[in-house]
Amino acid sequence: MPATGKPLDRVDGRLKVTGAARYTAEWDVPGLVYGAVVDSSIAHGTVQAIDVAAARNAPGVLAVLTHENAPRLQPLPDKVGETQFRGEGGITETRQPLQSAAIEYAGQPLAVVVADTYERARHAATLVRVTYAGQAPQLAMATASRKTLPETFLGNNKEKLQVTVGNPEAALAAAPVRLEAVYESAITHHNPLELLATIARWEKRDGADFLTLYDTTRALEVLQEVMATSLALPKESVHVICPFIGGAFGAKGWLYAPPLLTAMAARVVGRPVKIEWRRQDMFAVAGQRAATRQTLTLGATRDGRITALRHDTLTHSSQSSGFTEPCARVSRMLYAVPNMSFAHQLAHLHLPSPCPMRGPGETVGGWALECAIDELAAKLNLDPVELRLRNYAEKNPETGKPWSSKHLRECYARGRQLIGWDARNPQPRSMREGTQLIGYGMATTMYPAGRREAKARATLFADGRALVQSATHELGNGAYTVFRQISADALALPVERVRFELGDSSLPSAPTTGGSTTTATVGPAAQAAAQAVLEALKSLAGRDPASPLHGAAPEAIEAREGRLVLKSSPATGEEYGAILRRTKLPSLVATDGAKPGEEREKYSFYSFGAVFAQVRVDEASGTLRVARLCGVYDVGRLMNPKTAHSQIIGGMAMGLGATLMEATHYDARTGRAVVRNLADYHVPSMADTPDMQVEWLGIPDPHISELGARGIGEIGCVGTAAAITNAVFHATGRRLRSLPLTPDKLVNS
Amino acid sequence: MHPFQYQRAESAEQAVAAVAPNPAATFIAGGTSHVDLMKEDVHRPALLVDVSALPLREISAFEGGLRIGAGVSNTAAAYHADVQRRYPAVSEALLAGASMQIRNMATMAGNPLQRTRCPYFRDPTQACNKRQPGSGCAAIGGYNHVHALFGASAACIATHPSDLAVALSALDARVQTLGPRGPRTIAFPELHRLPGDTPHLDTVLAHGELITSIDLLAFTGRSHYLKVRERASYAYALVSCAVALEMSGGKLQRVRVALGGVAHKPWRLPAVEAMLAEQPPSEKLFRAAAQAAFADARPLKHNAYKVPMGRDLLVRALLETSGLRPLQGPAGTAFAASVGGVAGQLAAPR
Ligand SMILES: Cc1cc2nc3c(=O)[nH]c(=O)nc-3n(C[C@H](O)[C@H](O)[C@H](O)COP(=O)(O)OP(=O)(O)OC[C@H]3O[C@@H](n4cnc5c(N)ncnc54)[C@H](O)[C@@H]3O)c2cc1C
Ligand code: SF4
Repeated sequence: MPATGKPLDRVDGRLKVTGAARYTAEWDVPGLVYGAVVDSSIAHGTVQAIDVAAARNAPGVLAVLTHENAPRLQPLPDKVGETQFRGEGGITETRQPLQSAAIEYAGQPLAVVVADTYERARHAATLVRVTYAGQAPQLAMATASRKTLPETFLGNNKEKLQVTVGNPEAALAAAPVRLEAVYESAITHHNPLELLATIARWEKRDGADFLTLYDTTRALEVLQEVMATSLALPKESVHVICPFIGGAFGAKGWLYAPPLLTAMAARVVGRPVKIEWRRQDMFAVAGQRAATRQTLTLGATRDGRITALRHDTLTHSSQSSGFTEPCARVSRMLYAVPNMSFAHQLAHLHLPSPCPMRGPGETVGGWALECAIDELAAKLNLDPVELRLRNYAEKNPETGKPWSSKHLRECYARGRQLIGWDARNPQPRSMREGTQLIGYGMATTMYPAGRREAKARATLFADGRALVQSATHELGNGAYTVFRQISADALALPVERVRFELGDSSLPSAPTTGGSTTTATVGPAAQAAAQAVLEALKSLAGRDPASPLHGAAPEAIEAREGRLVLKSSPATGEEYGAILRRTKLPSLVATDGAKPGEEREKYSFYSFGAVFAQVRVDEASGTLRVARLCGVYDVGRLMNPKTAHSQIIGGMAMGLGATLMEATHYDARTGRAVVRNLADYHVPSMADTPDMQVEWLGIPDPHISELGARGIGEIGCVGTAAAITNAVFHATGRRLRSLPLTPDKLVNS
Repeated sequence: MHPFQYQRAESAEQAVAAVAPNPAATFIAGGTSHVDLMKEDVHRPALLVDVSALPLREISAFEGGLRIGAGVSNTAAAYHADVQRRYPAVSEALLAGASMQIRNMATMAGNPLQRTRCPYFRDPTQACNKRQPGSGCAAIGGYNHVHALFGASAACIATHPSDLAVALSALDARVQTLGPRGPRTIAFPELHRLPGDTPHLDTVLAHGELITSIDLLAFTGRSHYLKVRERASYAYALVSCAVALEMSGGKLQRVRVALGGVAHKPWRLPAVEAMLAEQPPSEKLFRAAAQAAFADARPLKHNAYKVPMGRDLLVRALLETSGLRPLQGPAGTAFAASVGGVAGQLAAPR
């Protein structure tokens, strides 16, 4: 019985609920001292003077770093791996911390106070006096003076941000039915439970500087490279450790001021330093999803064939990041539309840098598209599901490539059954219960099924246990569990005998955890390493005269339930441990990797799904509640239905939050984040989340890898917003085109 | 965070004696409001006098009503059988506020003394007359989504966030205190102030004046609390409403109404109360009352939504309290108080 596919409990669950799982801020490093950060209260200008005398003289203070005395840093690299760092469409903020007096956003770190206790550092930070030479900040996309048209997303030539397919202008002009609508979404913040934190320790190894970083990162190797480049060290002199992450959602990967400040502070005081950021700071230095203003223009025939689609996005970034929310990601592939164009305009504002956030582009771009499709269905007097079926894409409409595997029709069919779609009265504003209007809505969801290259190491021990390792990350997503299952199957061992280790940059290479690629990427690497160590064991046994397998060629041997046996006579064989013990080897190790091949050029890889929502709207008070949320997903073969279920309902809850309540407001004059705590910045409570019904088709993707598994981290978040918004239309007859749908927007006025 | 001394008071008198002469001293009870503000550098006490262990933790019968000790936890008060049965508005207001964990720590005196949720008050880099008198008010020209419709001043437009205070105001509860000059009684509607040009003073309490109990007066009528918020649980009120009314012979007798989330203090509506007295209850009457109640509202840039929301809430609260419309959940619970209810299909337990 394979372990994959089983609803195994989280292997780290007990560690987490008992507090034994060690998170970054919890490492007990001898001699540790603490940093507290002073941030900018203005959004644009320069530091004219910074008076640190009182802070420097406060009890326990060891150092105060400012732009005047901080160690100099080298510029960030242009690219790390395939990912473009700098320039328009690049991923990160390129300004290095404390290198100049310039201020580009409120909340920008201006000083670090290091003291012997956290409390003393915090107190001394309040004593730093900054004199500003302020300038008027640019805070509105519409009036920004610096607007650009980035060419690609993260430098990926396969993801151009300004695209035309066919002749959308002519098709729109000729279309008998036209629809144009503008959708706006608010800035939202990732706000994982675990705050950003870094512990930095410098030491001399062989006479040279060596930096150990404990950091809340889901990009171990990228961080290693960023630190090495910035601090002018060889990459091998930086070691990054992070065995557990308390949630990330896109944060904790692509913005580097926090670890850099900590490393600089540790260098200055000559002791290990910890900086754990406060919740307030998460609204400035941890990244965000930028606001968007999206214009959707659709042309269609009267029988509902979409002939043209234009999706124009205006979004924003900071002064020194080119990150662009790629809103057309769904529009460019979802429907069989012959004429399309996609444009992304980026306004550079005096606001903190955005970065990817769960379903970057898909979540808010998919919301706009799927709301516009709903509007078109209403205009054509067609059932929203039917309109989608009439425009079903049998191949990728942009590239013309066939899908690796697509079963979206089944998702629609099952979803409409689950919610009771056909029993509703399709007339808007026709269903009520007491003071509440009832509405049904649906939307398509998708997510690119990416796969990258990774390596892993597998070790068999003489006692019959095994260890598989790779420098991937556990974000709370279930990585430890799923990779243990995959490794166990590949080693033909029961899961109890296999451990999986991750979270350390000295382990075999794995990419950043992001883009829902980890299972599809690291799973095959773990398999390859397992295969390699079993091959080594086979030749060991074949060469050993004392083995029952002596003389057998490796091809004649197979692994079965912890034993190597002859394929031709499975009774002949022996346990792995027995082979090692006899040859006096404590363990046997092999490292191998796996990467995607030319299938990537042949097929278009996506996951799909359909989300259906039922809502209750009380217009008199402006309250909106989600009564039911059903999702049916086509995500390939599931490695673990239990952790998958958690990922998907977590994603749906996050999508629900973005729809109903999440918004960060920056003061329109100062650019300071107005609300900076989780009492007033709302994420869904239990009372906001209905019991979500989730199903999946479970059809393996025949092309992605032998495992047939695609990632599922983000697809749950996509689709939910449009399903709910469309349900609000059905309930009320009103189109609300601005997220979030808070009571002030819903209330009868 | 600033350095501070901590001391545990042995008696009410000693607590008052420790705080009154020292301008940098404050009481601390559950700490759920005060410690947050200390961590945000908004409150900077040099001495904390802990009153949570004082013998002020009883709920007892008192002159036909109930005396609730200042140190009784929000949870204990909310689930006290007499409170829930005789003053359901109090239980509803408490249970529709904060979270279970916070209510377990929070006290009956601390709750009405929590500070505003005006976001600028919580950011020491921004101008705020309440935090720093004379520095200005960043909210007036800023993001004033949660701010006041009534009674604001040119110095401050903040609202008071406590749910409990709204219910206590409508019930005309009494606040017993012990100050440097001895004990006194304050009618609850007089406890909080309007901002005027001294918004740093939330209440009429003198420095070092300790609340010892909150007294609920004898009352045989009905009371009820309703709250609209941006999420279904664990959020402050956008607008809330408490009603206490007595009926006889099919007519309203005395009606008392307070709105929350609209002013620097629970906003009693004396004109509306007079308009409703001695009238047979009807939706039409309540709608007229709601029109009158908001006639002099002064909406700001981002809070005009509170006017229609508040009007409807007032009508709804009057309908439900007078029995013309059923409660949404069992009286004395958060289900009765939460407008919109919880997500999911399940109706509130009855
Ligand atoms: C995340 C969060 C959400 C919340 N949501 C809500 C909500 O929805 N609705 C709501 O109403 N409240 C809400 N609250 C506020 C909560 O109800 C208050 O923090 C709590 O009631 C304060 O009580 P405490 O005993 O902890 O007060 P403390 O924090 O100890 O003290 C508060 C103030 O009262 C003073 N004080 C305390 N006791 C006395 C006394 N006996 N005499 C004189 N002065 C005294 C202190 O000096 C201090 O100034 C929330 C709080 C948090 C943190
Ligand atoms: S409204 Fe009041 S509390 Fe808010 S900033 Fe103005 S003065 Fe301060």
